[in-house]
Amino acid sequence: MIRVEEPSFDVGAELGAFGRGDTAIGAVASFVGYVRGAEAGAPPLVALTLEHYPGMTERQLAAIEAQARGRWPLMDVLVIHRYGRMLPGEPIVLVAVSSAHRQAAFEACQFLMDWLKTKAPFWKLEETSLGADWVAAKAEDDAAADRWETGTP
Amino acid sequence: MKLRYFAWLRTRIGRGEETLDPPAEIATVGALVAWLATLGPGYAAALADIRLVRVAVNQDYVGPDHPIGPGDEIALFPPVTGG
Repeated sequence: MIRVEEPSFDVGAELGAFGRGDTAIGAVASFVGYVRGAEAGAPPLVALTLEHYPGMTERQLAAIEAQARGRWPLMDVLVIHRYGRMLPGEPIVLVAVSSAHRQAAFEACQFLMDWLKTKAPFWKLEETSLGADWVAAKAEDDAAADRWETGTP
Repeated sequence: MKLRYFAWLRTRIGRGEETLDPPAEIATVGALVAWLATLGPGYAAALADIRLVRVAVNQDYVGPDHPIGPGDEIALFPPVTGG
């Protein structure tokens, strides 16, 4: 399931409900991304605003989910990604995957995050005491996604 | 065709979307981006470094040789930074 939404979410409640009742599940792996308030050598973050491309976001996330399901035997996939203004400490993104065994769950979770970071059309605007600035993309994010192409996770 | 701009491309161009009718010889994404850069200083500033511009046609990523047509929704934006 893909959810692109503005309000904050309860990480514990989401993970608690994920896959409940399906006794074929032997493993759930998850990743939660939070708004980081402090970074060495930078002014403290006041807020983070995520802009996105409604429609394309859901389309790209669905494509990423389909790829993951094609590569690993997954029971279920949950991706929640927020947009709008959020404060340090709030969750931005949650990815959870369930499978019979841990390896598929771990790998698929990392794959989903790596691809999401390079394909899902979101942009971060950081607000600090110095003003607001768009976050630049990182080359290592592209490298992280590329390694799945070469088959060496 | 419908153009959409996001993040700093949007702020430099000064709008999030618009409908434009480029000349008939503008037939690819690459030609469109080059043409857009001539429309004004905001466009020129937004498109100054083409390596930082990603393009989606009808919500799928495409390269500069991709053909474009009047009914397309074409989005220009910087490399994504979600997650």
